[in-house]
Amino acid sequence: MKVKVLCRNPDDYVRETTRDIQRVPRNYDPTLHPFEVAREYTRALNATKLERVFAKPFVASLDGHRDGISCIAKHAKSLSTVLSGACDGEVKVWNLPRRECVRTIQAHEGFVRGICTRFCGTSFFTVGDDKTIKQWNMDPPGHGLQEEPLNTILGKAVVTGIDHHQREATFATCGQTVDIYDEQRSSPIRSFSWGVDSFSCVRYNPVETELLASCASDRSVVLYDMRESTPLRKVVMTMRSNTLCWNPMEAYYFTCSNEDYNLYTYDMRYLKCPVNVHMDHVSAVLDVDYSPTGREFVSASFDKTIRIFPKDKGHSREVYHTKRMQHVICVRWSSDNKYVLSGSDEMNIRLWKANASEKLGVLSAREKIAANYNKKLIEKFQHHPHVKRIARHRHLPRDVLKQKKQQREMKEARRRKEQNVRKHSKPGSVPLVPEKEKHVVAVLE
Amino acid sequence: MTPCHVHVKDDLSSQLKPVSLFVWGSDSQRVLERLMFVVKGPGGFETRADDDLHTRSKMWTSGTSNIHLQMSYFNLNAFQTHEKLSKVDLSDLLGTVEKTTGATKTKKQLRNLQNRNATLELPLNKEQTEKIERSVAYEKSTKEVTNWQSIVIQNQKAEQLVFPLNQEPSGPKRVEQVVARWKAVTPLEQEIFRLLHLNKQPVLDPVLTEVEEASLMAMSLEEATIRRAELQKARALHSYYEAKAKREKKIKSRKYHRIQKKAKRKEFLKQFEERMTTDPTGALEDLKKMEMSRMEERMSLKHQNSGKWAKSKAIMAKYDESARKAMQEQLQINKDLTQKIVTVSDDEQETPEESETVPDFVNEVEPITDSVNPWMRSRIPQEEPEISCVTPDKPQISEEEEEEKEERNEEEDLLADFQRRRTLRQTEDDDLIPTAAEEQILNTCEVSREEVVGEGTVEISDSDENDSEEEEEDVSQFNTLFKLMSSEKTHEGPALTQDQQEDEEQLDEGQLRVRNMEDLEGLEVSDPLPGTAAPPLMPQPTASEPTAKKSKREIDLSEVLTKEAITIKVAMKPTVLEDEEHEEQISIIKEATRNCLMEAGLVDDKLDDLVYDKKKYLLKNVSTVEDVFVPISGEPGRRLLHVRTSFQTGKPITVTALTRQLRHPSVIISVNINHNIVQIQLHRLHLDSTCHSQQKSHTHCILGSVLNSSIFNKHITKGNVFSEVSSTVAPFIERGLQIPM
Repeated sequence: MKVKVLCRNPDDYVRETTRDIQRVPRNYDPTLHPFEVAREYTRALNATKLERVFAKPFVASLDGHRDGISCIAKHAKSLSTVLSGACDGEVKVWNLPRRECVRTIQAHEGFVRGICTRFCGTSFFTVGDDKTIKQWNMDPPGHGLQEEPLNTILGKAVVTGIDHHQREATFATCGQTVDIYDEQRSSPIRSFSWGVDSFSCVRYNPVETELLASCASDRSVVLYDMRESTPLRKVVMTMRSNTLCWNPMEAYYFTCSNEDYNLYTYDMRYLKCPVNVHMDHVSAVLDVDYSPTGREFVSASFDKTIRIFPKDKGHSREVYHTKRMQHVICVRWSSDNKYVLSGSDEMNIRLWKANASEKLGVLSAREKIAANYNKKLIEKFQHHPHVKRIARHRHLPRDVLKQKKQQREMKEARRRKEQNVRKHSKPGSVPLVPEKEKHVVAVLE
Repeated sequence: MTPCHVHVKDDLSSQLKPVSLFVWGSDSQRVLERLMFVVKGPGGFETRADDDLHTRSKMWTSGTSNIHLQMSYFNLNAFQTHEKLSKVDLSDLLGTVEKTTGATKTKKQLRNLQNRNATLELPLNKEQTEKIERSVAYEKSTKEVTNWQSIVIQNQKAEQLVFPLNQEPSGPKRVEQVVARWKAVTPLEQEIFRLLHLNKQPVLDPVLTEVEEASLMAMSLEEATIRRAELQKARALHSYYEAKAKREKKIKSRKYHRIQKKAKRKEFLKQFEERMTTDPTGALEDLKKMEMSRMEERMSLKHQNSGKWAKSKAIMAKYDESARKAMQEQLQINKDLTQKIVTVSDDEQETPEESETVPDFVNEVEPITDSVNPWMRSRIPQEEPEISCVTPDKPQISEEEEEEKEERNEEEDLLADFQRRRTLRQTEDDDLIPTAAEEQILNTCEVSREEVVGEGTVEISDSDENDSEEEEEDVSQFNTLFKLMSSEKTHEGPALTQDQQEDEEQLDEGQLRVRNMEDLEGLEVSDPLPGTAAPPLMPQPTASEPTAKKSKREIDLSEVLTKEAITIKVAMKPTVLEDEEHEEQISIIKEATRNCLMEAGLVDDKLDDLVYDKKKYLLKNVSTVEDVFVPISGEPGRRLLHVRTSFQTGKPITVTALTRQLRHPSVIISVNINHNIVQIQLHRLHLDSTCHSQQKSHTHCILGSVLNSSIFNKHITKGNVFSEVSSTVAPFIERGLQIPM
């Protein structure tokens, strides 16, 4: 006689070692979890709240300069090294993890206008108000020796900006003209000018390394190719651009910070209108730098705040400010994508986290999983009013807030007026100009 | 001048010989000088020989001092001023052609050119040429840059990006990798490599070749024979034991097997007792084995006293001593078998309890009620849309009775309601594809207007028959105005939508500083939601109606069914309406409601009552409402109607939603906002979803680990952009190029 009996394989329910996690027989039938969506919503809400509560972006302040910071440069190879130039001609080399100055050089008389490191990280260049370009060794001089530049180039006019090529031994400066120098020569190998007498910024394209762009005082942004003898193209805007930065991952996009409180992202192939207008600042934007991932950029403004914009959004996702931080002159995004450095008028360099609520240090696997889950939850419920309200809330100083309100009103009034004009004039006679096209005056060939 | 300098100069002149030979004819000395100058460069070689400590810096300074004399700072064609030295002219080179032999063709061409008398065209002016040069250069570089487009787009679309992108494993590399990358260039190297390949030189394990290995593996004859003998013996033994086992198994005698078994057991017990003293862990294992055999035997249902033998013995036991004994033995064995051996692990004890804790309904099969949304299968009623049904049997009951009844069967009603709503919604979803609700009326009025145009059904409500004509006028006015606006809209469209988008992404900046959770709670509660900033005015309830009742339900039946039943007399056929459509619709209403009422067994004239009441209700409610939602928890609000008041008359004109209302005659769609729900409700569809159901399914997709396996969970929660800690993210570089150090 054969009898069938229930027989369970002990492998299914007996744990093999004492360290095994007991297998929980789980039913994935959704009917058994009718409140899971609601539960996730609550979790998302809590995650958002915690994110805001733990949003403490300020990491450190590096003080030691005796005048306002005029420029900052990242080290090409070392994440822990940062160079800064001040308005009194002093250049300092900082060690970030130790948060201290490791070297001080009296580089120039007057402002240090620009600073950049060589791609290999062995030396750096400074330009100053004393019309010189100096190359310095990254290693401090031996004991008893004086700080002396490796090379000095005397120019005839003030040089206002400098940038080094990504791979070759050439660098570009700007002043009255945009000049390309070979490191081995004391005279420029190429010199570009196009009816302008003053440039404020020049930057190499980090991807397509022969391309350059510069901001000029005639409200224009000019493109160059190092291999050509002439500039490529020029776009004139309504107000002057202060600085620009190329997207390090997308060869043809660059963003320029403008005096009219906005930033403009251009596609260099279609200069007629910017790809995006980024507005939120309430005063002139002085500097901009892309994150090395090319997804976001940070901007420094005269309104004493720095803001982080996603590259394709019109408004900022983050605003950083402290009571003591004055007009922010320069800003850089660290090359590991984790930090932002800002140099301001009141002689301090501040180190901020790029993600305000990110936990620093090594995360355990569980922490990582939890963080990822929370991030996804917030993303999923980001449009729900409560979550949105909490996630979007930022504190702003009173002055900035006031200015912001004012400007909003002004803008609204302008819009209304335009609308009225349009309403009372012949249809079609007052064309509707999109915001993007308003700011470009002309594209010169 | 140092000797070194002289040496350099000599060297150069020797190198320059072939060139100078070529130029030697006319004023060779001058050309040589010129070339020397060009080659030497501005800094010259003079300073190279300087043996000072700070050679380089001095060189630079001296170089700079020289250069400024010769060239203008801003114009790099500097030597032009210096007696036009910078270029070797074409004429210089061509002049010598005449004296050389060969190149007859070019000579001829040159001569022809010289003899030509035609005037050349004026070259373009400088501005024009520059412009052309610039545009050509620009075209070139844009083309170059565009090569990156595919990569850029690919990265933009990528689900996850891990930076640095072009990662190369750091640290020492294996020899093979290096070897594989290295390519033989010179003929000698190629020869060597060819030889190596011919011999099958291994790449991975460079110690031995295949041939060498084969030779190592080879055995001598003696070894081979010994090994063969060993193998033979093993095979023979194996087959012997196999045969033995088969034979034993074939024996059918029960007695034999019993004896065998007993012997085995005895031996086993003996061993066990021995082991108890010597090897306790082994004994434990034995014990387990015994337990297993016991279990097996118990499971075999032997010794249960249910077999033929047992039954017969039981009968015989009265009479036979031996049978009684056998019976007792049997019972004893059974008892023994049922008792466990004492040492049992904890896990085994726990398992049955655990199985008990799982509720029974786990194994129940759930009927799928909603095919669209698997999450809605549960029987637990979820929050439902505020579509309330006016069931046909309700209208005839008077208010008080109705109230009582409501209290009595509230639960039943609720359940029935839910059921009904569910079915209703299922049917509705097809024809009532909802548009996203939008709250910023100010910003989006144009947009919404466009949507209305898109639907193309501009209709008016049929209010009182008296002023329907007046309404018609309104409609026409409205239509013209509408067209005007829509034409205007086509201009204004993109800018405004951009505005709206911007509003969406903008940060909420305020003076409130968030320091802890309490602040956030405050933020949550205190702040009026942007969507609910201006809650629409509700129609004032009439004095007779208690307000308490209103709070109980969104639509009060008493409000819907006013007591003025006298007005029933209003004709079945709306006399004044001219519009065909309206007639049609009203007839549809009547048809439908009549059907309902017929089913319910009601009298005919009540039907008009209902129709009238509904119409009245609609107009009354709709007239004041500006923008209307049907709030559904977890879903975006659906904009059902968008109402604009006519500019001139100030009278309400309702659009599109009324048609929907009319399509479902027995339903009154609530136009009121439930403020409690709106607080946590989505107000519009968002970019990533195109329709309401998509958004809903997106919301109902669970991310957590409760309903997902851990691997899937990890997959869906991974971040979009991941950059490693303390690693530099370098910009893209062209492939094939390495950064020189």
